[in-house]
Amino acid sequence: MEKLLMKGNEAIAEAAIRAGCLRFYGYPITPQTEVSAYMSKKMPKVGGLFMQAESEIAAINMVYGSAAAGVRAMTSSSSPGISLKAEGISYIAGADLPCVVLNIVRGGPGLGGIQPAQSDYFQATKGLAHGDFQLVVLAPSSIQECVDLTYEAFDIADQYRMPVMLIGDGMLGQMMEPVTFPEEYKGRDLPEKTWATNGTQMKRKHNVVNSLYIEPNELEKLVVERYKKYDYIKETEVKYETENIKDADVVLVAYGTIARIAKSAMQKARNEGIKVGLIRPITLWPFPEKIISETAKKAKSFLAVEMSMGQMVEDVRLAVNGQADVHFYGRTGGVIPTPDEVYNKIIEIAGGAK
Amino acid sequence: MSVVFDRPKALADVPLHYCPGCTHGIVHRLVAQVIDELGIEGKTIGVAPVGCSVFAYNYFNCDMVEAAHGRAPAVATGVKRANPDNIVFTYQGDGDLAAIGTAETVHSAGRGENITVIFINNAIYGMTGGQMAPTSLVGQVTQTTPYGRKTETQGYPIKVSEMLSQLDGPYYIERVAVDNVKNINNAKKAIKKAFENQVNGKGFSLVEVLSTCPTNWGLSPIEALDWLRDNMMPVYPLGVYKDKGANE
Amino acid sequence: MNHEIIIAGFGGQGVLFAGKLLSYTAMLTNKEVSWLPSYGPEMRGGTANCSVMIKDEPIGSPLVVNPTEAIILNKPSFTKFEDKVVSGGKIIYDSTLIDCEHSRDDIEYVAIPATQLAYDMGANKSANMIITGKMIKETGVFTLDEVYETVKKLVPASKPELLELNRKAIAEGYNY
Repeated sequence: MEKLLMKGNEAIAEAAIRAGCLRFYGYPITPQTEVSAYMSKKMPKVGGLFMQAESEIAAINMVYGSAAAGVRAMTSSSSPGISLKAEGISYIAGADLPCVVLNIVRGGPGLGGIQPAQSDYFQATKGLAHGDFQLVVLAPSSIQECVDLTYEAFDIADQYRMPVMLIGDGMLGQMMEPVTFPEEYKGRDLPEKTWATNGTQMKRKHNVVNSLYIEPNELEKLVVERYKKYDYIKETEVKYETENIKDADVVLVAYGTIARIAKSAMQKARNEGIKVGLIRPITLWPFPEKIISETAKKAKSFLAVEMSMGQMVEDVRLAVNGQADVHFYGRTGGVIPTPDEVYNKIIEIAGGAK
Repeated sequence: MSVVFDRPKALADVPLHYCPGCTHGIVHRLVAQVIDELGIEGKTIGVAPVGCSVFAYNYFNCDMVEAAHGRAPAVATGVKRANPDNIVFTYQGDGDLAAIGTAETVHSAGRGENITVIFINNAIYGMTGGQMAPTSLVGQVTQTTPYGRKTETQGYPIKVSEMLSQLDGPYYIERVAVDNVKNINNAKKAIKKAFENQVNGKGFSLVEVLSTCPTNWGLSPIEALDWLRDNMMPVYPLGVYKDKGANE
Repeated sequence: MNHEIIIAGFGGQGVLFAGKLLSYTAMLTNKEVSWLPSYGPEMRGGTANCSVMIKDEPIGSPLVVNPTEAIILNKPSFTKFEDKVVSGGKIIYDSTLIDCEHSRDDIEYVAIPATQLAYDMGANKSANMIITGKMIKETGVFTLDEVYETVKKLVPASKPELLELNRKAIAEGYNY
């Protein structure tokens, strides 16, 4: 397989096209605009469509329309734009439609900045928009993983008929690394989209794509059913990576690009004889609670490292559930923590240099 | 005995929830008749709005998608662009189309999106109980303009047909009314044309239908029809505002 | 092999391209590599830089904080990065544009008048390639042939004159 040197944004766009995404609706915002640029160039060549919408709101609703019509559709944005898309994502979840949304996170709140951040963790995993619903949230840490998880995102979305969010940050979107694309992608076995609003052809009952249920009991029943699906996903779709956790006294928990920085810090600490391990959640929802809980039986301390004021750390604390100390180190506003900063925090937790 | 009138096939055989005297039912019927006459039910997808006609997805026998408030033209764009051979229409009220969804309206028109928009203008928010709409008339009393719409604070009504006809994108824009038999027949012709344009790949067509809301206007159905003629028509003159096909 | 490289200068001097050249070469020679640019408004005429990691082991943080080699094409970047270079590291800088004092004695300063050399060659925009050639020589990270191979891949086939120009510029720096 040919190795290509690609930016994260471009690799995700290419992977989406190869995964059969035929409709992409975007709106420019730094630092993810390369996704739109790439799509606008490539889509017409593969019989797909790129459309620059008049707003983030219009873009997600175009996705809603194409997803309803049974076609793989995607949109991408960065933090402020995702807030605008929140309404549409809630409708997509409520109408049980599959789609992929990419968030290349930047510092916030408000207009914030344009440098890398992870301060949309809560938004992505808990409170993205109104109503009881979840997204599957995938957090790649390398450009190769951007590619692999983009394929996965479309399959998961179609399998469970729900929106999937790919979450990265400006660093991941902008950096280049070598990647390979599978020659032939063997995806999951997926059910036919018999629910799609693509015309009855006078051969079937009309399909309705809708999220409105005026009867409380009817709506409750539907939401409860959806949560059974979420429970199943929690059992089957959790993804994570671990390193050095067997003998670790201090376990780092970090996702995305920050996991790489944490890894560098871990290596430095290991060289100093400090037993440090790493758990890297790949699915932020469903969160890898079990492995954290199990690891907490032996490890003394956990250290969540994030580019935020401490969001994922709350899920770490819930999973650890009092079995070990939980610490936090974070930078925010677009500031990237250095491996040395994380190392120093490890030393502090481990009780001084050895 | 010969049948002179029957329920159109594209209209579902269910009771409509609309108030007595409301003209939504008439417009639903016209749309369904046109779908029947063009024989396009099997490839038509309707996009329902938020507002009184939110349940439109229950009233048509073609595939239907329910959109968020104001987003119907964007959703319709997504449906149409996914399967360009399908016939896609939106059915929207004045709050949906001309307030919260103005951007989606203007830009789908600007793109010349090959869809059909049925725009119900009754100068009021019906579903939420009679608040000011962007199309409410100057001086019109509503729940949120209890002293009448004042230009100092609420400005002027938005004239959608006039506004959109300034764009190069739209193919066909006409304002009609459903206050009497003659106008209803004209409305049907306009709606049919708006669908035919799409079938022929011509692009964006919008039919603005002046409609009544007896309940929230506080009038009887008959009075409401008079009010529409006396008050709305002078502000919103009927007619063709744009027809690129007129000279073809 | 453990190179953590910063390439910095004004937007338009081709610092990102120089970084891409090194990164592609690293990929083609089967090294672990990452390339991370500065981005946003600072790219519009201000300073631009990129981090390039070239290693034998998989790369952790892609952000170069303390470069082993800093390739510097303007004064503000010299000031910004001089203190950050690791002890024993190198600053390779364009002495046509930079006349700063050397304030450290634990790093090596390699001066090359890249802009002047480019001008003399009649290739005003090639200072980035000239200084990259010098960097390759100074560090031994790649052979000249390996970099030539990359240039062949990066320059569009429709522009053979660019290929030759870039090769000449790299050789100019390498042999300076």
